[in-house]
Amino acid sequence: MRTVVSVLVSGLSRIGLWGRGVVVAIPYLWLLLFFMVPFLIVFGISFSESIIAQPPYSSLVEWLTDEDAGTSKLQILLNISNYFRLGGDDLYILAYLNSLRIAAVTTLMCLAIGYPMAYAIAKADPARRGPLMMLVILPFWTSFLIRIYAWIGILKGNGVISNLLEWAGITSGPVEILYSDWAVYIGMTYCYLPFMVLPLYSTLEKMDPSLLEAAADLGSRPFKSFLSITLPLSLPGIIAGSLLVFIPAVGEFVTPELLGGPDTLMIGRVLWNEFFANRDWPVASAVAIALLLVLVVPIMIFQHVQGKQAEAGR
Amino acid sequence: MKRFGFLSWALLFGYAFLYVPIALLIVFSFNESRLVTVWSGFSTKWYGELLHNDALLDAAFLSFQVAAVSATLSVLLGTCAGLALTRFGRFRGRTLFGGMITAPLVMPEVITGLSLLLLFVAMEQWLGWPDGRGVTTITIAHTTFTMSYVAVVIQSRLAGMDGSLEEAAMDLGARPAKVFFVITLPLIAPALVAGWLLAFTLSLDDVVVASFVSGPGSTTLPMVIFSSVKFGISPQINALATLMVLVVAAGIFVASIVMARQERQRKRDEQMAIQNG
Repeated sequence: MRTVVSVLVSGLSRIGLWGRGVVVAIPYLWLLLFFMVPFLIVFGISFSESIIAQPPYSSLVEWLTDEDAGTSKLQILLNISNYFRLGGDDLYILAYLNSLRIAAVTTLMCLAIGYPMAYAIAKADPARRGPLMMLVILPFWTSFLIRIYAWIGILKGNGVISNLLEWAGITSGPVEILYSDWAVYIGMTYCYLPFMVLPLYSTLEKMDPSLLEAAADLGSRPFKSFLSITLPLSLPGIIAGSLLVFIPAVGEFVTPELLGGPDTLMIGRVLWNEFFANRDWPVASAVAIALLLVLVVPIMIFQHVQGKQAEAGR
Repeated sequence: MKRFGFLSWALLFGYAFLYVPIALLIVFSFNESRLVTVWSGFSTKWYGELLHNDALLDAAFLSFQVAAVSATLSVLLGTCAGLALTRFGRFRGRTLFGGMITAPLVMPEVITGLSLLLLFVAMEQWLGWPDGRGVTTITIAHTTFTMSYVAVVIQSRLAGMDGSLEEAAMDLGARPAKVFFVITLPLIAPALVAGWLLAFTLSLDDVVVASFVSGPGSTTLPMVIFSSVKFGISPQINALATLMVLVVAAGIFVASIVMARQERQRKRDEQMAIQNG
């Protein structure tokens, strides 16, 4: 083992500075090829027409040869009807608005549950903070699908909540919460909660407690100190956590598919159906581009916040 | 003191919200009845049935393979990316690079899946590779979205690390590659392990991206679970979920003990060094 390492080391040392280039180039090229180029292709295909062929879209660029004149020309066909279809059909607009609403409600619910949790953990005894945070993150390591599945048994008619309510005498028959918007809110809040608590905790933990003591000494009530000191100082955590929940939630597919009703329209589901059920790749691509346009501002803010945090960490 | 009461309740509610569903899932995996929500007696028969479900076992085997390979690839790529972002200063195209690293963290899965599928189709058309879709394409797709998570984990470890050891080695004439293998790599080893585990779990968890880029004959475990859950709940899935939760809990438990022990050892070494020095 040791000799292998030393051979590797001397081999790589000889490369020297050139090696640095390779270290950057490998992940760079990978991301260009498998992350950047695919977007350009999606963008391109969103302008093509759906045809019955393999693959099921028309080619944008064609090389036409005119035999008689002996000339040839490059023809580029851009078909924007897919986008008109998105703008003209209520289904798509409704799905976009619904997605934004459901993601916003999910973010608020995560904040309402996550903020007190993060605050309580940050205020806890330092030795207990680690294990308490661990308990928040642990469910994240178990399968996302399994966690959504767990809620089906709880929310369905004759499920755990329904039986509890009946047993307590609050309701007289089975209550079906499953297949509704509320089931989607609950399921998504459940899955995204750790993403909210983590950044909140890391900003709250760094806060200097002497600020609150000073405020108390000057006669400020705890609630007022919270509003005027803790809340503003934890704003970066609130923004980062909210974006970490909101952005993926807008494009969520699994939760609305399993917990939502047939009328819980979300854009991720529309894209899925256009692609798998209708096999209309160009419209699916146009839906993806439109979804990206909705998310581009939140993603830019997220990258800005993330970049600032990386700078601060150095 | 009143405020403390509220916070304790908030914590309790939060943990109950996180853990009661999982606990119920485990309890009902031992239920005699096929009805998952009505208790009718203790039984382990669903675990037995699970062991005879060949489609599910095949899918699980495939998923473990894909997860192991893609996690290893993303640790290699993510380490390079983390190094580039923290140690190389400014280089041409750094902004774009940083953007491409963080964007997959929040990118909706449907977009990642669709865009990678369209890439594979276009590549097959122009280059003749990959020949159809299957294990290879799923592995590439999973590597692409998990390497961002690994890069972020390693980047934060490198950023929080004391750079003076590396500088000292350089001053003493060690070449960059030697510095990396002898100094940096052992120091970031915990982050590499954490990154690998994270990538492995994310890969094992993914249903959306895999559905887009998989082909006939390459069905992953989450895809099997997803399609059976769509038809309703079954105690077999509860049994499978229980096994998965147990494996994860055991893994995390062992990892945290090992890390805590290493941390203690490191502190002891530091103290010894201070006392001797």
